[in-house]
Parts: sequence; structure tokens; C-alpha cells
Amino acid sequence: MKIIISFLLTFFLASSLHIAAQPDSASLSADLEKYREANDFVDENEACFKCHAETKYVLVDEFFGREITESMCPDKMVLRDEYYDMVHKSFACLDCHAYEYEEFPHPLEARLEEPYQCIDCHGYDENYAQYQFENIEMEYMESVHATNVDNFSCWNCHDPHTYQLTVRDEESTIKEAIAYNNDICLSCHSDFSRFELLTDREEISILDTHDWLPHQAAHFGSVRCIECHTAISDSTLVAHHVQPIEKAVKKCAECHSKNSILMASLYKHEAKESRKKYGFINGVILNEAYVIGANRNPTLVTLTIVLFLLTLGGISIHIIARIIFKK
Amino acid sequence: MAKLSYHYPLIIRIWHGLNALLILLLIATGISMYYVDPDSRLIEFSLAVQMHNISGIILSFSYLIFFIGNITTGNRKYYKMPLKGLGERLLKQSRYYAIDMFKGKKKPYPITEERKFNPLQKLFYVIIMYIGVPLVIISGWGLLFPESIIKAMFGLGGVLITVLVHVAMGFFISLFLVIHIYVSTIGHTRSANFKSIINGYGWVEETEEVS
Repeated sequence: MKIIISFLLTFFLASSLHIAAQPDSASLSADLEKYREANDFVDENEACFKCHAETKYVLVDEFFGREITESMCPDKMVLRDEYYDMVHKSFACLDCHAYEYEEFPHPLEARLEEPYQCIDCHGYDENYAQYQFENIEMEYMESVHATNVDNFSCWNCHDPHTYQLTVRDEESTIKEAIAYNNDICLSCHSDFSRFELLTDREEISILDTHDWLPHQAAHFGSVRCIECHTAISDSTLVAHHVQPIEKAVKKCAECHSKNSILMASLYKHEAKESRKKYGFINGVILNEAYVIGANRNPTLVTLTIVLFLLTLGGISIHIIARIIFKK
Repeated sequence: MAKLSYHYPLIIRIWHGLNALLILLLIATGISMYYVDPDSRLIEFSLAVQMHNISGIILSFSYLIFFIGNITTGNRKYYKMPLKGLGERLLKQSRYYAIDMFKGKKKPYPITEERKFNPLQKLFYVIIMYIGVPLVIISGWGLLFPESIIKAMFGLGGVLITVLVHVAMGFFISLFLVIHIYVSTIGHTRSANFKSIINGYGWVEETEEVS
């Protein structure tokens, strides 16, 4: 009997709780109209966004006539602008989250539900076969993130609520793609407040650990962290096997050479184009940045060799003549 | 009659020696960077970059000394090249190297106190010192600061053009070096000019000829 009373009381009190938090409704309505172009579930999603897109929400208890303003935990926030402008922008929240989330307060069983990982939707599906999610998963499982860090998941780098396509996105420039990708790494590796949540290691300074690298700004703006910090394989489009620090590429010639690793990493998706499109070896790289040693012009190289041999030939003939005429 | 005369002052010899050393370093490191490969036996890339940068910066100052020196001192007279009759003089000197020297004929423009360089030498030196070297120095400084200077002016195309100018001029200076060293063997004796750049004494014709 005690249990029944307690259950009824909980149910009654819970059903009297509701959320009252709305931003400026005029500007929100205009925004919602805009979001409808990308998503058919905008109104349904608002049930979630009215709290999770705000920094604060008001909890109202109608039964006792009380209300309190609570802060939304930043980890649980999803901004509408970001959500409706990312890879999963057409999704309803409940496509991925349990229907129990429709209840408020959210029941414990829903909150304990394991979140989906990339492979759960993208793996073993011919629609995504070209992106090789299975290989990505295998590489990730061998990475230092998966083997050395507890509770690390795809989400730490690729939040499915905000993730954007960059390298494969035709509207993004390669520089934008590089900046976006490096921001993913830097969001933990140069933000100790986030870094310390995942590891007991001491704070690191990216600038100090890379002080050996000349033209730091030019390098950071022109290559992704993963170019040097992952094992590059032929089978994966985007390398995910993040390696221990001692295995990071430190030899300049790995990139600055005819067989530049950039052709197998950053420019892999463009590498199929003719190498001679721009009249240069590794012309694809040249399209974005001049890389000493990687961008050689075969015509100029041949021309210089011919001119050099002609000069040596002329001198040799002169020497022979001098020997013959004893001059 | 030719006589040994103190023809090359110490300061010129030091400048010449420094230039020679720097240019040899720049060529070696430049080739190492352009043909860099993980398996090559050339100078290691980061070392080559550092050596190339330092040598280039010192060479720039050395060139500045040459440029200012040639404006402010009498040294510029050796580089004066009147256009009148230039073609004829160049032809005469070329003919000497190609034919006349083998016939035992005298040098048409021997070294005198007033004339250090023959017309062909002068033409090459003027092209190298007033076109080649300035271009290689300016483009080199541009590449030392690619993000600030070049990007602001032209974007990537600017870097590429600067690199092409730098590499092309570097190559022509290398060619000049080979020819320069070879022609140096055509002196009073084969080794006379090499001794001159060390001790300063050169074989100079006593009788003055008008060039």
C-alpha cells in the first residue's frame, strides 16, 4: 500500500511539473521557418530544444505554484543553428533518442541508454560503403584514444548534433576544412578544462611541443594534425589510427618530397586527378599551398638539366681544344 | 709586357671569398631542398633550410655592401659598359675564346690597372650582379616571410611566382659559377687567377689599351 501511495504521489507530482522557457518568440518563429527547409520535424524537435537549446530553463510546479530557473548543463545543450546546419540536420531528435525522452522529468532508463556510435548507423550499409566506416571503426579501435582513454567514443571528436562535412564538402575550401578538423583536436588538446576530464596527464602546450617546426602558423593552417599523428593506410579515406606521440611524423621529407604523404592523406580525395593538371608533380597540393620539394615542375627540371649539360659540353669541347692546341 | 701587380685589395678578396662560400652553400642546400627525398643522400631538409636561410641573409648584406660600395667608391668604373661598340667588343672577345686563343693571338682586352674585366666578363657580371642576384635576394626574402609579404600581395600565385623566380635565378647563378670557374683557368697561366684571388697579385698589362 505504501508503495502504491508513493508511486501515485511521484506520478502526480511529476505530471504537475512542466517546462516554461522560451526565447524571444518572434525571432524564434522566423528561425523555425528557416529550419523547416532542412527538417520536417521542426515542431516535434522544439519539445526538446525549448530547454536543450537554451542556457536556462524554468521549471514550473503547478501543484505547489512554485517555479525555479535552472542552468542547462553545457554538455546537454544543442543549438538550433548548429543542429539544422550539420550532417544530420534532417533528423527528428527521437530518431536517435528513446521515446521515453518525451516524458519530463526524463525517466532514468532513457537517460542510461547507450548513445549510438557512428558505426551503428553507418556501418555495413551499402549507402555508406564508399566512406569505409568499418575501416574507420577498426582504425579507431587501435588508436591511442580508444586504447588509452576511458570512456572515449566517436562523440568526443564528432558530436552528431553539430558535425559538419568539410573535406568532401564542395563549398568548403581546403583551408576551412583544415581549420575545422584541427579545431576538433584542439578543443581538448589546447583546452585543459576539457582535456583533464579525459586524462590524468598534465597540461600540454601545443605551441611548445611543436617548437621544432619552422613556420608554425603556416604549417598549422595548411595541414591537419592527423597528417602527422595518424598511421596512414590505403584502405581508409580519413585516417583514424591516432598514434602515440613517439610515432608522429617529424621528418620534413615525409611531406616535402615527390612522394609526399599529403597525397595519401589530406589530398587523398583529390589525388585521383591528373598529377600534371597544373604542370607540376603533386599539382593537387600546389592548388592550395606550395610545398618545397613536393611541387616540382618536370619541364623546368628537364630544362635545367639540358642547359647544365650543354654548358658542361661546351666547356669540355673548349678543354679538349686547349689540350690539342696546348693552350 | 705583363707584370705582377697588387691588383685585388684585401677587402675585395674577402668579399669575393665570402660570396664564393655562401653561393656554394646556397647551391648545395638549395638543390637539397628542391630534390628532397627521405632516402636521398643530400643534406637533411631541416638543416638545409636553416643553412640556406642563414647563408641567404648573410649574402643579402654582402650584396648590400657591394651595391653601396659600387655607388660610393671608384670600384664602379670596372663595371661601366658603354653601349657604343658593345656588340663589336663582345664579338671580338668571344672570337678570342673560340678561335684566336688557339692561334696564339694576344688577348684583345687584357687586364690593365684601369680594366679588370674584359667586355664579355663585364656583361656577365653586370647581368648577374644587377639582375640575377637582386632577384634571387628579393624573392628569397619574400619566401622567408611567405605568410606576411607574399600572401598580402598576390595569394598563392605570388608564392609560386616567387619560387619560380628564385629557383630560376638560383639556377642561372649556378651556371654562371661553373662558367666563371672555368674561364678563370684562362689566365696568365691556368692557375694564375686562382692565386690572384688569394694573394691579391695579378698579371697586368703595362701598355694601356682603350676599350
